[in-house]
Amino acid sequence: MESVERTFQLHVPSSTENLAMIREFVGRVGERAGMDTTELTKLELAVDEACANVIEHAYGSDSTREVTVKATVDLDAVQIEIVDTGRGFDPSQVQQLDLDQMISQRKSGGLGMRLIKSLMDEVQYEIVPGQKNELRMVKRLKKKP
Amino acid sequence: MATSFAVERAREGDITILKVNGYLDAHTAPQFEKTIQEEFDAGHVRLVVDCAGLTYISSAGLGVFMSFVEDIREAGGDIKLCAIVPAVYQVFEILGFPELFEIVADRQTAVERFRVSAQEA
Repeated sequence: MESVERTFQLHVPSSTENLAMIREFVGRVGERAGMDTTELTKLELAVDEACANVIEHAYGSDSTREVTVKATVDLDAVQIEIVDTGRGFDPSQVQQLDLDQMISQRKSGGLGMRLIKSLMDEVQYEIVPGQKNELRMVKRLKKKP
Repeated sequence: MATSFAVERAREGDITILKVNGYLDAHTAPQFEKTIQEEFDAGHVRLVVDCAGLTYISSAGLGVFMSFVEDIREAGGDIKLCAIVPAVYQVFEILGFPELFEIVADRQTAVERFRVSAQEA
């Protein structure tokens, strides 16, 4: 039987300027997978958050580095892998505060990770600092009636 | 392809209206941060952010509200948000912003809320 899995990849310089391009890329992949507008918005935002973390934290805003976004689509889900070679950023080490505590302490770090976990169905990390860090996340497709 | 974002500023009495348009992400958040900082430095602490033209927001944009609101409230002001489109409101809601920020339907209502709180004070 012919495989229905399709893979798409985008390599971009590590700059926040390219976040719009990344969103458009995953948006098109999600469209091909048959996602509706609400699901597309969630997918784009989750990938934007993950890539912004890589650019700012793993690469320290060094725009000479590269971010890879790999999207795999099959009948059930869209899987996104975001790969960088920067210093490993372990989101589980970010202190989780309530929103009102963050406001009173003038902190806003860690919001992106909260969003990613709310927006995606699965989120996993594999971190080898300086070699390869990979964030894999999955958005399952709604079954068509 | 860079992200497009713009802020239009207006004053209604002692209230500053910031009309945000376009995409507020990690690339454009510093521009928004600079705008709010300038307003704060000028002593303008009653801010209405009109989000009718805001089509996208990520945590970097939300972080700008969070990092300023405490200082603004301590100075006797507030940030009130209005006219948020559903796709953007969903992001505010996921993070629990509606409990910590006043979000109203339109600009006029936001301005009136400031006027009412001034009369009560």
